[in-house]
Amino acid sequence: MKAEEHEKRREVLGGWEAEIVSYRIGETFYCHVNNVSPGATVARAEGSSREEAVNAAVSKARERLEATRRRKIPADEQD
Amino acid sequence: MTDYAHPETLVSTGWVEDNLNKIASGEIALVEVDVDTKAYDEGHVPGAIGWNYATQLADTVTRDILSKAQVEKLLGEAGITPETPVILYGDNNNWFAAWGFWQLKIYGHKDVRIMNGGRKKWLEEKRTVSKDAAKRKPTSYRAKEPDASLRSFLPEVQKAVEGRKAALVDVRSPGEFSGEILSPPGLPETCQRGGHIPGARSIPWGKACNEDGTFKSVDDLRKLYESEGVTQDKPVIAYCRIGERSSHSWYVLKYLLGYKDVRNYDGSWTEWGNLVRAPVETGPAKS
Repeated sequence: MKAEEHEKRREVLGGWEAEIVSYRIGETFYCHVNNVSPGATVARAEGSSREEAVNAAVSKARERLEATRRRKIPADEQD
Repeated sequence: MTDYAHPETLVSTGWVEDNLNKIASGEIALVEVDVDTKAYDEGHVPGAIGWNYATQLADTVTRDILSKAQVEKLLGEAGITPETPVILYGDNNNWFAAWGFWQLKIYGHKDVRIMNGGRKKWLEEKRTVSKDAAKRKPTSYRAKEPDASLRSFLPEVQKAVEGRKAALVDVRSPGEFSGEILSPPGLPETCQRGGHIPGARSIPWGKACNEDGTFKSVDDLRKLYESEGVTQDKPVIAYCRIGERSSHSWYVLKYLLGYKDVRNYDGSWTEWGNLVRAPVETGPAKS
């Protein structure tokens, strides 16, 4: 077996840039969604088609990314 | 790869493919360690063992790396002897493979190497994968006493901050460094305060890698660190959020650039950013 039909694209999900990677191994499609910075896997899914795997992973990733709060940077006490 | 200070710690995907027979025979141990702990089950390099970083490369009760006894159990069950070459690889540009490398070096395993480019490169090159779990004959492994020179604990980091005698390298993303976010986007927040350790330089771990996941050239790596004032002539302490991204930068500094005194502060921001009255700097990196 080999990883076939490899696809990679970038998209903004929940306000954060994400990398969506999908491929097929055997009969199963896999999708991983990574945050671009720093590059951690946020969600993954598998399915019998690329669409099924990508939709499931993107949905989970969007929910998790939306929950990440951007904070107002507090004043630097060292300055 | 020959320009690196320790090229013997790095192998290519092609080298691994050429040595699959030695991996199958047990002469070489190949281990996959992923950020996404389910990735191994999708398919892995034939003959590779899978280690879960959260349950097999950490003490699951006390916050700590593996004890000597736990390392001996893990390696023994994996059929590894002190003489067995161990090749580590994983997803996300070998992020957690480096975490495994760091721990094996702490316990004195002599021949540990990283597969350059990791899982991503292997899959993108359409090399063969297997879903079969590797079967290796268990051994009785005897680890060495932990090498304390590879790891920093809080008191040492506090001294480094006060005396500015060591270069602190924060390898997290710019948003984590500045304090804009408390964790990587999409992951749970695990600290009370945002920002960075005073005096730290921001050199995100991913800057050490090319697009295909392989390590950048020695010249590019040298420029990356030296441009931030991180040079060979003084000790370096690398940190991130929980110590795994910084083990990747630790590997780059120690084994690819040959810096003599490099330590990984695995307490990292989840320790410092939760301490009462610990000094914190906020805002973007200063040039």
